[in-house]
Amino acid sequence: MKNNEMHLTFPAMSENEALARMCASAFAAQLNPTIEEISDIRTAVSEAVTNSIIHGYNSKPLTIYLDAYISDNELKIVVRDEGKGIDDIDLAMTPFYTTLPDGERSGMGFSVMQAFMDELYVSSMPEMGTTVTMIKRIVRCEEE
Amino acid sequence: MRVKTHLSENMATKQLVMCLEGELDHHCAEKLRLRLDSEIKKSNCREFVLDLTNVSFMDSSGLGVILGRYKLITQKDGTLYIKGANRNVDRILRMSGIYSLAQKIEN
Repeated sequence: MKNNEMHLTFPAMSENEALARMCASAFAAQLNPTIEEISDIRTAVSEAVTNSIIHGYNSKPLTIYLDAYISDNELKIVVRDEGKGIDDIDLAMTPFYTTLPDGERSGMGFSVMQAFMDELYVSSMPEMGTTVTMIKRIVRCEEE
Repeated sequence: MRVKTHLSENMATKQLVMCLEGELDHHCAEKLRLRLDSEIKKSNCREFVLDLTNVSFMDSSGLGVILGRYKLITQKDGTLYIKGANRNVDRILRMSGIYSLAQKIEN
């Protein structure tokens, strides 16, 4: 598989959650993933983008950056916002923890990303933004 | 894509069946919550069946909607049943531990 990349920017509007996960999964399709792997990628991207919309930008339609890279059989997805950032990343990643308990948030976003992707890295600076990097290795990649 | 809902009350079994269809994400969560809440509140049923057979996608926002409805249903002394979840939806439901609260109807 040749190396490849994709860069997508869109305003932080919930209408774009479906767009983001569709673009990411269409890009990932080059790696010949299984339906399950595509489904994992769609879900993880949806979680990361939703976090940026709700928490990063408080639903203000500022810009979200979705970058995806293919290198050999590895898919790397980077979701970045320039929003308010996360004070305590370890706490934010705790299953069921949410800063919005009244908003009916399940607090499972990072847990889902962790479970559905092979690697997850979160970096954040208060008032500067948050970057979520996720890696998925597609093992069934067939040689062309 | 929006989530469609189809609800039917079976007076013989005293069950309210809520069939969802589409992609259950943050974008449609609020609308779905309002729709389901109004039906659950006015229903005289004690058993509530959430049929996810036609839900093609769900993330943790959808999970939040389901957990919230579980709370409302138990406040009414009702029981929540979940059926028809595909592999991915089922995986998220299992991660949340909801199957220790709501009953799963096997297909």
